[in-house]
Amino acid sequence: MKRKIKAFLVNLELIIVCIIVIIPVIWIVMSSFNKGKGLMSSTLLPKHVTLENYFNLFKNTDYLIWFKNSLSIALLNAFVSVILIMVTAWVVSRFNFKGRKAGLMTMLILSMFPSFLSMTAIYTLFMTFGLNKSVLSLVLVYSAGAIPYNVWLVKGYLDGIPMSLDEAAYIDGSSKLNTFFKIIIPMSTPIIVFCAVSQFMTPWMDYILPNLLYTGESTRTIAVGLYTMIAGNETANFTEFASGTVLIAVPITILYLLFQKYLVEGIAAGANKG
Amino acid sequence: MGKSKKAMLLSVFLWGGGQFFVCRQKVKGLILFLIQILFIGIELRTGYWIEYFCGLVPKFSLRLHGGFFTKGIWGLITLGEKAGARNGDHSTILLVGGIITVLVLLLFLMIYIWNIKDAYQTGKKIDSEGIYVSTKEYLKTTYTKFFPFIILSPIILLILFIIVMPIIFSILTAFTNYNKNHLPPAALVDWVGFNNFIKLFKVPIWSNTFLSVLLWTLIWAVCSTFSTYFMGMLQAVLLNSKFVKHKSLYRSIMILPWAIPQMISLLVFKNLLNGQFGPLGQLLIKLGLTDQRIPFLTDPLLAKITIILVNLWMGFPMFMIMIQGILSNIDKGLYEAAEIDGAGSYHIFRKITLPLVFKATGPLLVMNFAGNFNGFGAIYFLTEGGPVNPNYQLAGDTDILISWIYKLTLNHQIYDMAAVMCIILFILIAVVSYWNFKRTNAFKEV
Repeated sequence: MKRKIKAFLVNLELIIVCIIVIIPVIWIVMSSFNKGKGLMSSTLLPKHVTLENYFNLFKNTDYLIWFKNSLSIALLNAFVSVILIMVTAWVVSRFNFKGRKAGLMTMLILSMFPSFLSMTAIYTLFMTFGLNKSVLSLVLVYSAGAIPYNVWLVKGYLDGIPMSLDEAAYIDGSSKLNTFFKIIIPMSTPIIVFCAVSQFMTPWMDYILPNLLYTGESTRTIAVGLYTMIAGNETANFTEFASGTVLIAVPITILYLLFQKYLVEGIAAGANKG
Repeated sequence: MGKSKKAMLLSVFLWGGGQFFVCRQKVKGLILFLIQILFIGIELRTGYWIEYFCGLVPKFSLRLHGGFFTKGIWGLITLGEKAGARNGDHSTILLVGGIITVLVLLLFLMIYIWNIKDAYQTGKKIDSEGIYVSTKEYLKTTYTKFFPFIILSPIILLILFIIVMPIIFSILTAFTNYNKNHLPPAALVDWVGFNNFIKLFKVPIWSNTFLSVLLWTLIWAVCSTFSTYFMGMLQAVLLNSKFVKHKSLYRSIMILPWAIPQMISLLVFKNLLNGQFGPLGQLLIKLGLTDQRIPFLTDPLLAKITIILVNLWMGFPMFMIMIQGILSNIDKGLYEAAEIDGAGSYHIFRKITLPLVFKATGPLLVMNFAGNFNGFGAIYFLTEGGPVNPNYQLAGDTDILISWIYKLTLNHQIYDMAAVMCIILFILIAVVSYWNFKRTNAFKEV
């Protein structure tokens, strides 16, 4: 009897949590199929199901351009970041040099400095080099920002790959860089996937940086576009906003779930060092 | 005089001179000399020094005729002398330029000092052993010795200019009067020393707002971290229990908030909880639980609670997944042994599960805590810091330090005070993180 009550309570709790988790998700999906524009008319179970909002989204906004901007930033960012992170982590993990420990720690702590004011300086810097309208400006900031924490994570991972493998390669006459590409890189696929996916994800929903650094109508990213859509008149454009949201959230969520294993391993790698 | 001293003296005046003439390292000496030429060349090319020495510039001033280095230093010290958009000085650009100049100067200085040290050491080797090392042989040994620095140099440069330079800029801004009354290019910015810090602690409206915001920042960081952590742990433990049949179904639903982009979740909640039209409020009215609209996001206290709860919704899955992973790694033998000894399930949890989970997640928990100080999104996208509190200096009731800084910079252009706040917030975060990194193994073994 006691067992049954226990089982009931445990399952009840889980079901309640699941319901709380899923209701906002269902609500936003349903809203995107809702007839009528405003927040008032978006109910959990729509009275009239329609695709109108999706058509309006493409008609009234530059959704495709936003998407293209975000996609190119995300792809480039994943690529550049992974190269920088892997090379740095490899050097920090495999070579003994002065200032290694202090440097890594300083980088980690410096990266926590609040960034809003810094953006003024970065903006000025990019303006002097004529980079302020280019995708590269955002990618440089994202990847430089990603280096400290990710290098720390990846270094921990690389430390786990036995040194004897490198040494064997060196004895066979392989150069340092060759060893890096032929031995280290293939052995660290999981952590590379983690870095690539998490760096690919960052730009999609970052509102602050592109809003500050990457101004202009034609260079809007998805996050900036969506936010400007409801900023100020959130109640009026709501269903259209909902469709824009669903359209971008679904692929990202699926991607996240697909790469779940790697992402969890990446987070846990930080924990395992405790 | 030994070759070491001779080489060193030559290199002091002529970069690479000692290496070239005394130590017979022609290529190395030439490269160093080229760097010196580059250094002087930059200054001469960007300035009007040659014209000045030819007597072509009657009234010489660093402002108009200085080169990259001299003008940069001049800008950093004066922050401009003539106001106005046309032909005037732009103080912030001068400040940024000044910092860049100092950084570049430091790089050259490092090469210069290394050049002298190297001349001395190479000369000393010749004095004591009588062996001349050619540049080629030298490069071979250096490549191995300095390999990490050679590979890392582009990355170090990137970090220097994208992370360090802006931080120096923010810190220096705290010592200027850069605000809406002194906006370049119409007006000049000046150095004001510690005035802004004094203002923060002496002017009541600033200090009161600061203390209230700081208090809420601390409450927020503690509550948001621990609520998500323990909720995550609870779900992980429950999912692990033997009474649960459809583990993967529950898990895949609960993982959703982690996978959905944060900004989207926040904007959805913002609308869901909208005080006027929000469906949740209307539902409660329909059910007869309340007869008026509930100001989820506009009542000071209720808004704070709402923010923490919404953050809980978004944040617990990450800890749940993580702790689940740790639980599945715990040796089953431990539990069996405890059961044989007659320990109850509560005791097993307290004495075995909890310590192991704490040990594995401790550093991440602290990191999450430090991160929540900077947890801008949850506040900004839900309430924008509101409701506005008339007793506060440009802050709302739910503003934490970082969102207040955002408002001060972007909405009110009070950059100087925002910079002061940045420094204080950074010190808070840095102390917590430093302590955390120091005590984790990750840094002990490096």
